[in-house]
Amino acid sequence: MTSGHLVVAPVLLPLGTAAVMLLLGEGRRRLKVAVNVSSAAAGLAIAFALLLAVDAQPVPAAFGVYLPGNWPVPFGIVLVADRLSALMAVLAGTVGLAALLFALARWQNAGVYFHVLFQLQLMGLYGAFLTADLFNLFVFFEVMLAASYGLLLHGGGAERVRAGLHYIAINLVASMLFLIGVAVLYGVTGTLNMADIALKLSAVPVSDRGLLHAGAAILAIAFLAKAAVWPLGFWLPPAYAAASAPTAAVFMILTKVGIYATLRLWTLCFSGGAGVSAVFGGEALVLAGLVTLAFGSFGMMASQQLARLASFSVIASSGTLVAAVGFGAPALAGGAMFYLASSTLAGCALFLLVELLERSRQVEVGPQQMDDGNDALPLFFDAEPLSSTNLDDNEEALIGRAIPAALAFLGLSFTMCALVVAGLPPLSGFVAKLAMLSALLDIRSAHAWMLFGLLIGSGLLAAIALMRIGIRHFWTVGSVPAPRLRIVETLPIAALLGAGVLLVAQGERVLAYARATADGLHQPALYIDAVMGARPVRRLPGGTP
Amino acid sequence: MEIVVSLAVGVLVSAGVWLLLRPRTFQVLIGLSLLSYAVNLFIFSVGSLAIDQEPIVKPRLAANLANYTDPLPQSLVLTAIVIGFATTALFLVVLLALRGLSGGDHVDGQEERL
Repeated sequence: MTSGHLVVAPVLLPLGTAAVMLLLGEGRRRLKVAVNVSSAAAGLAIAFALLLAVDAQPVPAAFGVYLPGNWPVPFGIVLVADRLSALMAVLAGTVGLAALLFALARWQNAGVYFHVLFQLQLMGLYGAFLTADLFNLFVFFEVMLAASYGLLLHGGGAERVRAGLHYIAINLVASMLFLIGVAVLYGVTGTLNMADIALKLSAVPVSDRGLLHAGAAILAIAFLAKAAVWPLGFWLPPAYAAASAPTAAVFMILTKVGIYATLRLWTLCFSGGAGVSAVFGGEALVLAGLVTLAFGSFGMMASQQLARLASFSVIASSGTLVAAVGFGAPALAGGAMFYLASSTLAGCALFLLVELLERSRQVEVGPQQMDDGNDALPLFFDAEPLSSTNLDDNEEALIGRAIPAALAFLGLSFTMCALVVAGLPPLSGFVAKLAMLSALLDIRSAHAWMLFGLLIGSGLLAAIALMRIGIRHFWTVGSVPAPRLRIVETLPIAALLGAGVLLVAQGERVLAYARATADGLHQPALYIDAVMGARPVRRLPGGTP
Repeated sequence: MEIVVSLAVGVLVSAGVWLLLRPRTFQVLIGLSLLSYAVNLFIFSVGSLAIDQEPIVKPRLAANLANYTDPLPQSLVLTAIVIGFATTALFLVVLLALRGLSGGDHVDGQEERL
């Protein structure tokens, strides 16, 4: 049962790596870098192998079930890799590896335990995506969050500590809500196994329905707070804008964990076949998603700093996903899965680009402290020409000057990021939006039309906001000294954008995979059968299991 | 028994929420601790409250919730206590760091402007 052990490998590998690096002590940076990078790459390879193994199985049932303690099913913890888990694990691995490579240039030197925290972060992410036990999900959430607290504070400084304090307080409260939700669900159904909960939901008596719904709603609030859905997401822009670039890039996938958990539990417990509780909360999800999308889009327009703009684009993408998921329509959810992959990769690249762009900007006009969230109105500082600005056309010939390679790279990458985030052709954002829009046309409800309009409108707002920032950064008059970039910084950005291009080049296959994912999610009976049908490995007399 | 536990949870939650919304970092910390106590008690109570009943199966006594108390919430509480303790300690460190950096104990790092 080799494929079975593959399911647990993404969790054990980072845990082992983190332990080894702790033993290495505070020095030996080169060795740590080698260990960390190879472990992250191996994690990505394992996640990819999982994805291929799952994808090779017939549509839509595709599950790798693993019993870590070898206990019979509803009692022990179960790990399950299905199409969604494998997709999320691959995304986490990709984002993690890219951020790690980027951090090698500078950020790894800002603190002693960066590499250890980084591996623990990856472990929490992989674990949260693979577990099929509600309390185990909580534990992996906490592993992930504890590492993220450390990573957010990485680099120090008053701004980071202030944002970190708020971030930790919000997440602690959300974790408590998570626990309350888990406890209520356990009280009502008597089990913590997600598949078993879904199985026992139909047998819950009417008198307990209210309690069940309250528990599920509290759990959803915990997840949606992590996904930064309006009005639970005001913590996100300050925290992500204050975080160091590689940390913010990894945090890109953290909001997706909230989306993942909502999607997993909601489709499992409250899909069409759940009797009285069918599609419970679906409308709330759609409405919350719509408002979040609008809030994120307007936030992007209102941002003067690129880091804050990128943070609001995270909120907008969360809103899109939550709204699309809430309809409970497989075709729409398929498009949303594609959007999830494309927006995660582009958002991660954007957060990495932020630092490089800000660096080139600091060379140029000095650090800008515009909207730090404290003072009310941001100033439009490009209304006034800089002192070095050449306003006279005759003074200097602007033709014939070559664009430095670094600036060309930054400009090209930024344009590609902007195209994906705004959902313009020909990149992956467009394919994702097109898939969602065409699915929305078939639903034909008032909410579907609202999402249809908002998706197009938010694309326009995002395009305007990104274009404005792009013009400010690249089309400045006067001489722009080229920022010094290192290969190790540009490589991850190029790789992330290359992965985005690959999504389009392989669009047919990726979209087929995304649709199969959504189909599998909306047939919870398959998941329940796969988990409940798993049997412990029997120990053969005189042999290994 | 039920009344006592639910009253305890209620009082802890209300005090915790009140403190959580206060502007001083130490109040927030205590509020978070009180809330986590309340949540732990709550988890404990979902697994049938009983006096003088053990979770360990005895011979000749059928293993059901009428004869035993549910062991699972107890293990959940134990895990939640450990995790809550660790995160609270971490919060305390950040609190002290913010105090060192800002010189005050306001959660925003600066006093409110009136």
